[in-house]
Amino acid sequence: MRFLTANPSYLQVTPLALVILLFLLFPVVTIVIVSFWDYNAYQLLPDFIFENYEFLLTSSVTLSAYLKTFFFAITSWLITLTLGFTVAYYLAFYIRSPLLQSVLFVLCTVPFLTSNIIRMISWIPLLGRNGLVNSTLQEINLIDAPIEWLLYSDFAVILAFVHLYTLFMVVPIFNSMMRIDRNLIEASIDAGASAFQTIFQVVVPLCKSGIAIGSIFVVTLVMGDFITVSLMSGGLSASVGVLIRNEISLLQYPAAAAGAVVLLITVLIMLSIMFRFINIKKEL
Amino acid sequence: MSFDDKKDLKDTLSASTEPKEERSGLSRRGFIKAAGVAGGAALGSGAITGFPMIWAQNIKDITLRQFGTGVSNLNAISQKAKEDLGINLELTALDSDAVAQRVVTQPRSFDIADIEYWICKKTFPAGTMQPMDTSRLKNFDKISQLFITGKLNDDSEIAQGTAPHTVGFVEGKESVQFASEPTNWMTLIPTIYNADTLGIRPDLVGRPITNWRDIMDPAFKGKTSILNIPSIGIMDAAMICESMGEIQYANKGNMTREEIDATIEILKAAKSEGQFRAFWKSFDESVNLMSSGEVVIQSMWSPAVAAVRAKGIECKYQPLEEGYRAWGGGIGLAKHLSGLELDAAYEYIDWYLSGWVGAYLNRQGYYSAAPSTSKEHMSADEWGYWIEGKPAQGDILSPDGKVMETAGAVRDGGSYWDRMGAVACWNSVMDENKYMVRKWNEFIAS
Repeated sequence: MRFLTANPSYLQVTPLALVILLFLLFPVVTIVIVSFWDYNAYQLLPDFIFENYEFLLTSSVTLSAYLKTFFFAITSWLITLTLGFTVAYYLAFYIRSPLLQSVLFVLCTVPFLTSNIIRMISWIPLLGRNGLVNSTLQEINLIDAPIEWLLYSDFAVILAFVHLYTLFMVVPIFNSMMRIDRNLIEASIDAGASAFQTIFQVVVPLCKSGIAIGSIFVVTLVMGDFITVSLMSGGLSASVGVLIRNEISLLQYPAAAAGAVVLLITVLIMLSIMFRFINIKKEL
Repeated sequence: MSFDDKKDLKDTLSASTEPKEERSGLSRRGFIKAAGVAGGAALGSGAITGFPMIWAQNIKDITLRQFGTGVSNLNAISQKAKEDLGINLELTALDSDAVAQRVVTQPRSFDIADIEYWICKKTFPAGTMQPMDTSRLKNFDKISQLFITGKLNDDSEIAQGTAPHTVGFVEGKESVQFASEPTNWMTLIPTIYNADTLGIRPDLVGRPITNWRDIMDPAFKGKTSILNIPSIGIMDAAMICESMGEIQYANKGNMTREEIDATIEILKAAKSEGQFRAFWKSFDESVNLMSSGEVVIQSMWSPAVAAVRAKGIECKYQPLEEGYRAWGGGIGLAKHLSGLELDAAYEYIDWYLSGWVGAYLNRQGYYSAAPSTSKEHMSADEWGYWIEGKPAQGDILSPDGKVMETAGAVRDGGSYWDRMGAVACWNSVMDENKYMVRKWNEFIAS
């Protein structure tokens, strides 16, 4: 008791610590434990085997799924970053009236009022063989035969990712841009910097934290995704998440748990690399 | 077809009511006792009308929680059960994987499980269900022989795969060992079953389709699809490979590793050639693929064909030379059921077999477990169209009163005996299931 009264901060962190313990640490520990279990068609068999990892780490399927997932993650990240930065830059520096700024910002979020599955599915009638895009292109005689790779392809998957996650880039970048002292821009121009030099040597370094936060969102969301990949690729390609989900749906929890642990470690490594470049704590 | 994600019927969706919270203040047991007393008081009041059989009265107001797949979890059934038996049936519709998970991992969350036979093979040995005493079922002898001996007629051959009769009985009340012969202890009472084949767009394929191998025809490159549910997809794939003459299987329902490898290699090659437009996982996806013209030939389930036709688009459930892949589901009892609840469950199951439900399901294009009882609840024309494969005399209506077919229409594949008699294999779970799923993942990721 005396300890607590002397150190009330421990008492203050208790609720959060308990929540994290119960809802984050406990499930993760369970997953790690289960990943060493054995299983058959209908039961989990408590055990301590490395077979799940052995298979996972030696299978060519894992490798190709990871390559595919990295491909999706990096491509989506590059596109959402470019788009997000541009949109945020426009909002922050070109729109002068704070009211219009807010209105446009809200406008960006309007699509997010519907569920992301609906937003994804709505691409299907648009991109299909007899979809809007193909029939329009055919009508204006730009193409003779429908373009097949618009739907059920990697293109479709990345399109959906960009559509779904660009806002996650816009918001944090916009936020850090708004906090840039406008005098710095002025100073940069007065010192003779071109517009591009200003952007890359003044604005970009100053919104590093926003870029980092947005990147964390996009990369982790894409790395863990399964529904976008399976819907938009028509089940033709498999990300790591899709593999895990397949295993879960067949009651192969230990295999799925091992997959999840490896994915978790991969994402953590990716994040630690990102944190190498940007010290978020300092920047916030 | 299987029971996955079948959101075909509007009422199926609304049937997905989660089990309600237990009544507060009154324990479940206490409530049942009270209900028993109340039921006793109601005995002989003759409140139930419109049904030839007199159902037990003491089970009134008992609540049974049933979960299963969308196909047979229909609100209409729960309403009729309330009317006839007085029991409250709380239905939860899930996809078949979720059903299997729930049977094994949450045994107290249900009273009655509506599962497929191949799921039963996986889940019954987990010991969370109890077998049914067939001597307590008045309609037991009405159940189709297909589920008892595995033979539709005395001279028919038993199909490959998890044929329902092989997992239909266990050796004793406490046993989880499947019996090789019919015993007194039944694991599942069959509810519905059907024979699946390929669906085609007759207006777009441009030639007659007669074999499973036609899906691999280069002419349909980029316009075909198979379903991406490994345990069922592999069977369709096996039907295709066997039809191509590439592989001869000893038992398609229980392949060896070599057979699995060979099958997956053929699929992978076809995939890299661009033969498949997409793989589908849920009912709606297959309907959309077909109706949008993305694919012209694909594995399909019968209500999906009906759904495409309902949009005014030609679609045929094409019978093929090699036969059908069949599936069947049934309802079974949870281990924890006892006393009055167990009585109610038996009564409900008997009622299920007594005809009304069977007729209802027959009208959706499925088959019911006890054909003779459902006949009494159907018109001669309905029976002729759905079961005997005769041309319809007048409009054929769906259970909710929509016109499905008009006079002159004949069911694809013909009569019950033509279709169920030509089953090549049943949905199943293989001994090498783990290996098969890994190979299937390899195919999807390739």
